[in-house]
Amino acid sequence: MSAPTDLSITEARAALDAKKLSAVELAEPHISASEKAQSKLNAYIQITSELARKQAKESDARRAAGKAGDLDGIPMAIKDLFCTKGVRTTAASKILDNFIPTYESTVTKKLFDAGIVMLGKSNLDEFAMGSSNITSAYGPVVSPWSGADPANSNRKLVPGGSSGGSAALVAGRFAMAATGTDTGGSIRQPASLAGIVGLKPTYGRCSRWGIVAFASSLDQAGPMTRTVADAALMLRVTAGFDEKDSTSVDQPVPDYTTAIGASVKGLKIGIPKEYRIDGMPGEIDALWQKGAAMLRDAGAEIIEISLPHTKYSLAVYYIIAPAEASSNLARYDGVRFGLRVPGENLNGMYENTRGKGFGKEVRRRILIGTYALSAGYYDAYYLKAQKVRRRIRDDFTEAFIKCDLILAPTAPSTAFAIGEKQDDPIQMYLNDVFTVPVNLAGLPGISVPAGLGADGLPLGLQLIGRSFDEMTVLKAASALEKAVSFNHKPPFTA
Amino acid sequence: MIACLMSIDQKTVAKIAHLARLKIPEAEQNQLAGELGKILDWIAQLDEVDVAGIAPLANVNDAFLRGREDVVNDGGKLEDILANAPSKTADFFTVPKVIE
Repeated sequence: MSAPTDLSITEARAALDAKKLSAVELAEPHISASEKAQSKLNAYIQITSELARKQAKESDARRAAGKAGDLDGIPMAIKDLFCTKGVRTTAASKILDNFIPTYESTVTKKLFDAGIVMLGKSNLDEFAMGSSNITSAYGPVVSPWSGADPANSNRKLVPGGSSGGSAALVAGRFAMAATGTDTGGSIRQPASLAGIVGLKPTYGRCSRWGIVAFASSLDQAGPMTRTVADAALMLRVTAGFDEKDSTSVDQPVPDYTTAIGASVKGLKIGIPKEYRIDGMPGEIDALWQKGAAMLRDAGAEIIEISLPHTKYSLAVYYIIAPAEASSNLARYDGVRFGLRVPGENLNGMYENTRGKGFGKEVRRRILIGTYALSAGYYDAYYLKAQKVRRRIRDDFTEAFIKCDLILAPTAPSTAFAIGEKQDDPIQMYLNDVFTVPVNLAGLPGISVPAGLGADGLPLGLQLIGRSFDEMTVLKAASALEKAVSFNHKPPFTA
Repeated sequence: MIACLMSIDQKTVAKIAHLARLKIPEAEQNQLAGELGKILDWIAQLDEVDVAGIAPLANVNDAFLRGREDVVNDGGKLEDILANAPSKTADFFTVPKVIE
């Protein structure tokens, strides 16, 4: 058997069931590697080793009693955007530095009910606003990858963002899986940069209850894993209607694991011509074509499709997401929870608290959002963006008359170094050019590792499906995974 | 039209910052005016899109808010609610004096 930290969830479950391994024996090497992950990668905001040891013991007891859940004993990291009862939850912001939730988010409750062992709360961009994990108030996360170029060994690369800590931990074998959230690409883009699988479910598939809100019409929680089968299993556990989230959808949860290894014969896979953007590196285009050829060889039919409004997605996103964020983040006022910085009067207290508590990127987005929603500008910006959003959604609806799935790159480049692309916010926003349209349309999307770039760093391909058709997405992702057989590991691992 | 709206100066930033109850030092306001101006310039490309007759899209699932029985189904969480209060007295959050 491989080292416990190298196992997939599927392999670990089999080993646990066969009593080749106890949950404690599985948890321990992960727990002891946490400090290593922390000192080099800064991937955690908080390590919860004591809790993990306790949960692992309880898991063994459950298994002995024949009451093991679907994910019993699986060591996971939880993005520090999910409220965890009694465990500090910061959203990587100073404004929530001392916040200890008195309730459990629905997604983490489902994971704990299924038996997971929580290793810690993973680092992220502040309030999930970023594509490189450099906006965290607790410092940037460093990728476990360094690439083929020896010059890179001193360059610290980003893991992507906003779920950067989760991606770094899963890629580095420090956690078997992790939760992420995806508002504009925050699961899929870091998955691509870190060489792991990241699945953003359909909007409404998983409950948002208890997840610190960024942009409520776009946010969705999902799994970050090393295999497609693990993502399918984790989705089966976390999906479902929740009366506490009025936007969660009351639809049955199929057994997503049956998609693994299923035939893709006859599936029509669309290649959107508008995703061939100017300046896209040739190797990404080549990888994309290779992915299409692999799916064709597996029996799928590849057709060209058009998504004419693609180029407007980012502009729409950078009105809608900040507008919703400026409204959501109004709750951080220093009155009921979080940081309070005194002022001369009540308004002064609000302004000081928010001015000190929020970091630069968060302040920038609150300002854009406030501007876009203010009197005189609402129609021109917010309403206009919502109208273009419908056109983008309608493009996908049209495309899905002709095809069952869409194949595209996940990100326009491999990982870049911490400090690069930081001077110009728009340069940073361009990281999400292939992922943002999927959030605007509310569709499911997955990033699957597809190879290494010339720089020796991972690149992912993205499969996008119809609303609530995660099953077909997972089928094709599984076929792609099998054809690619990505077996590269980052140089820094547990 | 978005294009004709643009001109973000330091005064505008100060005004939006106040609306958002964000204290931003004056020096930073100038820098932000430049950054926000650039972002809004870039967003002005939306002017190219014909949206005549298109309804705004607020929720992708076209969901309507679900109703439920009008009954009390939660509560009694005074301690939980106050647990993270930065300042409290007895069973209340406390804030700076509002009424003179």
